[in-house]
Amino acid sequence: MPKTPSKTTAKTHPARELVFGDLWEYDPAPETADPKMKKKYDLFINGEFVPAKSGKYFPTINPADETKIADIALAGANDVDAACKAAQKAFTHVWSKTSGQERGKYLYRIARLLQDHAREFAIAETLDGGKPIKESRDFDVPMAAAHFFYHAGWADKLEFLAPGRKLSPHGVVGQVIPWNFPLLMLAWKIAPALATGNCVVLKPAETTSITALKFGEICQEAGLPKGVVNIVSGAGETGAAVINHPLTTKVAFTGSTEVGKLIMRSLAGTEKKMTMELGGKAANIVFDDAPLDQAVEGIVNGIFFNQGHVCCAGSRLLVQESVADEVLAKLKRRMAVLRVGDPMDKNTDIGAINSREQLERITALVKSGVDEGAELHQSACKLPTKGFFFRPSVFANVSMSHRIAREEIFGPVLSILTFRTPEEAVEKANNTAYGLSAGVWTDKGSRILKMSTLLKAGVVWANTYNKFDPASPFGGYKESGFGREGGKQGLLDYLKIS
Amino acid sequence: MTRIHITKTPKCYVGGAFIRSESGRVTELRDSEGGFLANIPQCTRKDLRNAVEAAAKAGPGWAKRSAFNRGQILYRLAEMIEARGNELRDALVMGGAKGGDATREVTTAIDRIVHYAGWTDKYEQVLGSVNPVASAHFNFTVTEPVGIIGVIAPDASPLLALVSLILPAITSGNCVVALASTTQPYPSILLGEMLATSDLPGGVVNLLTGFRHELIPTFATHEHLRALSGVVNADDRKTLRLGAAESVKRVHLLKAEETIDWFADGRQGVEEIRALVEFKTTWHPVGA
Amino acid sequence: MPAPQTPISLRRLFDEIGTVDQVGIEERVAKHTTRSLKKKSKVFGLRLAVTMVDLTTLEGKDTPGKVASLCQKALCPHDEGDIPPTAAVCVYPSMVRHARKHVGGTQVKIASVATAFPSGQAPLKTRLAEVRAAVADGADEIDMVINRGAFLSGEFGLMQDEIAAVVEACGKATLKVILEVSELETYDNIRAASFLAMRVIRPGDFIKTSTGKTNSNATLGNNQVMLEAIRDHYLATGVPIAMKPAGGIRTAKQALHFLIAVKETLGDEWLNNRRYRFGASALLNDLVRQLEKERTGAYQAPWNFSEATEGY
Repeated sequence: MPKTPSKTTAKTHPARELVFGDLWEYDPAPETADPKMKKKYDLFINGEFVPAKSGKYFPTINPADETKIADIALAGANDVDAACKAAQKAFTHVWSKTSGQERGKYLYRIARLLQDHAREFAIAETLDGGKPIKESRDFDVPMAAAHFFYHAGWADKLEFLAPGRKLSPHGVVGQVIPWNFPLLMLAWKIAPALATGNCVVLKPAETTSITALKFGEICQEAGLPKGVVNIVSGAGETGAAVINHPLTTKVAFTGSTEVGKLIMRSLAGTEKKMTMELGGKAANIVFDDAPLDQAVEGIVNGIFFNQGHVCCAGSRLLVQESVADEVLAKLKRRMAVLRVGDPMDKNTDIGAINSREQLERITALVKSGVDEGAELHQSACKLPTKGFFFRPSVFANVSMSHRIAREEIFGPVLSILTFRTPEEAVEKANNTAYGLSAGVWTDKGSRILKMSTLLKAGVVWANTYNKFDPASPFGGYKESGFGREGGKQGLLDYLKIS
Repeated sequence: MTRIHITKTPKCYVGGAFIRSESGRVTELRDSEGGFLANIPQCTRKDLRNAVEAAAKAGPGWAKRSAFNRGQILYRLAEMIEARGNELRDALVMGGAKGGDATREVTTAIDRIVHYAGWTDKYEQVLGSVNPVASAHFNFTVTEPVGIIGVIAPDASPLLALVSLILPAITSGNCVVALASTTQPYPSILLGEMLATSDLPGGVVNLLTGFRHELIPTFATHEHLRALSGVVNADDRKTLRLGAAESVKRVHLLKAEETIDWFADGRQGVEEIRALVEFKTTWHPVGA
Repeated sequence: MPAPQTPISLRRLFDEIGTVDQVGIEERVAKHTTRSLKKKSKVFGLRLAVTMVDLTTLEGKDTPGKVASLCQKALCPHDEGDIPPTAAVCVYPSMVRHARKHVGGTQVKIASVATAFPSGQAPLKTRLAEVRAAVADGADEIDMVINRGAFLSGEFGLMQDEIAAVVEACGKATLKVILEVSELETYDNIRAASFLAMRVIRPGDFIKTSTGKTNSNATLGNNQVMLEAIRDHYLATGVPIAMKPAGGIRTAKQALHFLIAVKETLGDEWLNNRRYRFGASALLNDLVRQLEKERTGAYQAPWNFSEATEGY
């Protein structure tokens, strides 16, 4: 483990530094509502919860204290087959005959039901995944509901997506989603698929299946026709079975670039349509004329939001040389008041790392940064003794060749590089195989538009960062994937155009 | 005494210049009666590599041209082809097309170019959007060219198919490295000559001739090619997709085993342009 | 302290101090409102807020009697629960001598608005005379208004010179410089005016948001802009400036949000009434009411805590 700086006190700081001490500590403010969770979760196939045919279950743990929360059914190839057949049947007999307006009404219902159950979903999400309750409550769950609302309205207006062309659904869509935003990624996938008239077989991530399976309960409550949505939990093999099943004619994947390439290879001999939302190593570029405090807030939001488990995380900070020291000083001060700890505490800003495996990966990459000579700063907060936690970390003096500047860390680790001119900033920002997102901070309007044009990224946040909206298309350039999710652009990826 | 006829040496149009294959190899092109017509360059993966380099050089400048300017250039291209339409028609006839069909293929190809010339300053208004996000931000989505597109043309409708595959790519500012029909490469040779006399900057469209099986593996794996578009058989589709996976390339392939009506209106339009652009969404706060 | 050379344009000042993005800073302060305070931390915050109140009455109908009862309330906000006195009472200059009778010699300070409050539209000579009179009558603290007209017409030198003249007129009295943020309108202007003021006042003097006499007063947004200006000024010069949001803060919950902003922006050294105040009248009642709720465990009816409430 890297060394940690001493606790922040007045004595260890030079004069003219601010004191963020313990004069007024926040008491624990745990969220205590009942997440209404079961001890055992079965697969959601054809509108029913059924055990895996093999009878196998795997445990899911709370990454904040490493205790087991529930047993999750492990779907095998035969379960996936059943799910795909159920989806195909639902598509042929029911869903393809359901009008756009009626499909939309189901989606509206689902949106409303997610709002009704918002609190329990938020708590379940935090328990299972480790993200702060503040984020699951204020971001993940409301945004998931918003996605269903947005797409609900599209269901009977699809002809406006490609005027003059005939649009038709693919049929059964196989979807595999990651563990960083379990319910939200589900919403990003299922809402447009259903709005466009497809049926779905979705596999949640192994470590975060609960909210997806709880979503099965929402489908039941909404009266969604059986088989329109099927959820099969499991690990990589289950996902492969979904993707490779002959009935899934369209595949949508969100995850690492490595697995994305694997899927592309495995589907090379098929005619399946694909949407890939893969990794990133976004540059967040701060010019000397930027509103610096808001830039720092954007940097913090960019890299520490959801413990940095964000594909579009602003993990490479490019600061104009003339303000580099000032930005680092402001960043450290801001980090001093970030609260790391119990995800269920309403005051926690940074929760638990999603899994031991991920924690080990982050730890190893941070070690490589130290070994390669970058200068590590970590906030001095106390970490819980149990569970998977990592201190918010910032590396200064990073060069483009360092591993930490090139590889996706997927953790609360920021690398700071400097630049002198806009051209140098663009060059450094684009010097990566990824191209998901980028940030630009400057007071000069024309420069924003120029930078936005030159940056090779699917999303450019100018004077803001990590903003999402169902109406706003999201997706990457280059090895960050293809296809978009959200907005009118995202819908066409779920339709055949003829 | 009859004058000795000067035969033309067909060359490929790459980087705005006319090249012979670096391999020095050629394939004999014969007319439908089996008479010798010309030696067609048999391009290699190195020629493909050079063509990609040429496209990479031309790309940024082409993408930066104003939409209006790109439209004018494409329209000029239609003018140049219209003026030399008979040559193209004769080439198609030599390849076995009936006179009427050949004429129709040429005129349709010209009309197709005119169609896309008109799209350059309009597709953005159809494909892009201003997005009503819930927060205090102005959010808009614009398209950008993907980069260098690898095009693999079919043997059928050798001129029209090639034009139909190239035009939507360059309309939005992409550059193209295209492999022409293997059985009927001559129209692409002529097309290259017409491109050279149009105002299209050299390197924006690069036309190779040669054997598909020799070049497809390189089309598949060349990482600087950011998208592949074309008509190929099942084996080639698999090869191309496997290669594409290594650098997450965009792949839009039509099946060679199916008959494609290149004359149909459905083979042109904004959806063809959409297939070869990236969408970029920009956020900015709205405040004083 | 000699005033640094005044920039000739706002643009040049911004080159030096930086600008503020409205949406960004409002997102930041929205996070303050999601902090959840429980038990001891809540009681600590509420009591701290009580000690920071400048209990204010600034009305044309103010009388010695009204001021007397205000002073009693400041000294002893509630007869149960061991609630500390407020920081100060804040009155018009003519009421200073009446307030002095009740709180003179106690830890409750007498603050007086002066300088032709709230408009400031009187000759400088008149404004300074008013300050001197209030101090002579026993004011410990003077709340002045800046010359917004000067600021908005770009006469920053004039604006600063007037503040400097008031500083001199204050003598030993602490000065609070009211920017009247609603008339400055933008966060950029608030930041600029904060810096212009801070450069001519003394360590421990205040910058203050509002008179409470316009339609928009202290908000978490303009509070944050000013806290960040204070932070940047302190880190650059070592001069600690104090802060007073005023007007519009009526509930204990709001006050806690403002204090969270202080804790997370300026840190522990500003969590006291030498460095932070609330200009408020109704707020004290709600603070006391919430403290009583914490002490007794029962939600409290409003009429035990306020003379002004309608009794519904």
